Amino acid sequence: MLEHAPAPAAPSPAAEEIRDVVRPFMGLEGPLLPMLHAIQEVWGHVPQAAVPVLADLLNLGRAEVHGVISFYHDFRDHPAGKRVLKICRAEACQAVGGTGVAQAVLDRLGVDWHGTTPDGAVTVEPVYCLGLCACGPAAMLDGRVIGRIDADRIAAELGVSA
Amino acid sequence: MKIWVPMDSAAKALGADDVARAIAREAAVRGLDVQIIRNGTRGMIWLEPLVEVDAGEGRIGYGAVTPADVPALLDGRLNSLGPVDMLDWMRRQTRLTFARCGVIDPLDLDDYQAHGGLAGLRRAIAMSQAEIVKEVFDSGLRGRGGAGFPTGIKWRTVSDAVADQKYIVCNADEGDSGTFADRMIMEGDPFTLIEGMAIAGLGVGATRGYVYLRSEYPDAIRVMEAAVVIARQRGMLGPDVLGSGRAFDMQIRTGAGAYVCGEETSLLNSLEGKRGTVRAKPPLPALEGFMGKPTVVNNVISLATVPVIFEKGAQHYADFGLGRSRGTVTLQIAGNVRHGGLFETAFGMTLGEVVNDIGGGTLSGHPVKAVQVGGPLGAYMPVSKFDTPMGYEEFDQKGGLIGHAGLVVFDDTADMLQMARFAMEFCAVESCGKCTPCRIGAVRGVETIDRIANGDPGAAALLTDLCETMKDGSLCALGGFTPYPVMSALTQFPDDFATHKEAAE
Repeated sequence: MLEHAPAPAAPSPAAEEIRDVVRPFMGLEGPLLPMLHAIQEVWGHVPQAAVPVLADLLNLGRAEVHGVISFYHDFRDHPAGKRVLKICRAEACQAVGGTGVAQAVLDRLGVDWHGTTPDGAVTVEPVYCLGLCACGPAAMLDGRVIGRIDADRIAAELGVSA
Repeated sequence: MKIWVPMDSAAKALGADDVARAIAREAAVRGLDVQIIRNGTRGMIWLEPLVEVDAGEGRIGYGAVTPADVPALLDGRLNSLGPVDMLDWMRRQTRLTFARCGVIDPLDLDDYQAHGGLAGLRRAIAMSQAEIVKEVFDSGLRGRGGAGFPTGIKWRTVSDAVADQKYIVCNADEGDSGTFADRMIMEGDPFTLIEGMAIAGLGVGATRGYVYLRSEYPDAIRVMEAAVVIARQRGMLGPDVLGSGRAFDMQIRTGAGAYVCGEETSLLNSLEGKRGTVRAKPPLPALEGFMGKPTVVNNVISLATVPVIFEKGAQHYADFGLGRSRGTVTLQIAGNVRHGGLFETAFGMTLGEVVNDIGGGTLSGHPVKAVQVGGPLGAYMPVSKFDTPMGYEEFDQKGGLIGHAGLVVFDDTADMLQMARFAMEFCAVESCGKCTPCRIGAVRGVETIDRIANGDPGAAALLTDLCETMKDGSLCALGGFTPYPVMSALTQFPDDFATHKEAAE
């Protein structure tokens, strides 16, 4: 999906740094997802270097850890753009013109779903429901919810010219 | 003077934070003594941000308020909606589960208790395990996540199981489009969910609980985590729940963007740190659930309804409703609708009343074409079925399902072939991959609908056959129920499928 945008150079943290980040979760029942969220919080993605570290700590095969990471839409294998825009594609937003709005935003930014603008400023991702179904079309920009969006509103939020 | 500005996501998405800041700024400039309370939403989303002002004469509503309205609001010059409790939308409801939502400060445990909170838990503490389970059974409460399984039977199974550890797992992976009741109650009245889980723990002998909360709800995660800390500090959770000598504690866990994790066995795998694939049943999670131990898996609304059942008694709850659907249904009215939001009422109102009378028809002003009830796996109901009463069995008889009670309204511009295609596409994107009818069937479904669109005369029969296979052969509701929206679109709106055919010919 990212063929036109070079992925920013992914930093590769040392095993010890990764262990420090996930150690607080060792006592949890089912600690892997909390660990992966913590890693992504720190590095913006789940670096490949985390796989053997987690496998070792949790006594799992590397393939199992990889299998978990790749199962979930949230976990990235490379960093996203500086800002992440999620636009809802689900039915309630479609009922109020969400599909057209999403396409207009993608066209204006010149990217496809999951794409990052060439300057690395914005990554656009689909999301299937933000629970804002009575005030759609809805989006989330860097974790902040926005209701009743149109392409101009999103452009204004992103600070890009219309 | 007290001023309430909701901190619910929907209100924030419509500018509530800016309004709250503007009120604080303007009040400071004027030297006014104003207490700003960030409450949940009352559920009237078309009026958000709905600001309430109490200057000594009760809570007067204003909405939708913009930051520019704030000087007039503080001058008393802004047109009001009148007392919020007297609004038609509020008066027509039976608010049991959502009684406190939008009323109290969500993170003020004293405010919670002043509005009936903890009364249910205190009553449960004085009861035996068997009495607690019987109370839930007698209330007639059924799983509000969609399956409608009697909650009391599930609790009894876990209660009767012998194990060194049992769990309460709350399914807060509310991924269905058109549903937001879970999010609303977690953001607006989090203690009611915690109280419901604590009662469940006492009832089945479980000492640990988890809320599996989807990552798409960062605001709800923040509120729930804060509420758990407060509940622990105040002795509502911990080794000695409210001095009962019995233990119950819980954690909030964040999902990772997989829709299928709303299915209970997939959720349990995810909670254990595995791929969120579906488990075959049996064994039932009630006997071998989280970590292989007996586990109650209930939806947010089911658990959040437990406190009021114990506060007011099972009979009080069971006295509302229709047929085998007892109590209230928390309708979420969404999509292309004039008055969207949350409306809690006894089961039994017809679909048409909900859409036209409560919801006020479409937002666009065009005629209603279809209403998808029960999320992405629910059937598209045509206007001709608007006499269907809101009830589990009643919807089943009309080829639909209530699900989590979300209703998405579409006007006459909706293309039902495209909606059917989207249902298959969504299933393909979100399939866990464990069973073939879902994993492969959804992909073939998209292709087959494209063939219909291109005028292939044999494709509709093939799609029907494929849907039969998915329905009968899938392990869980994702593959098993995707045929509901697809087949309802095909059979109820044949023109949308025929037009494409003719256009191609």
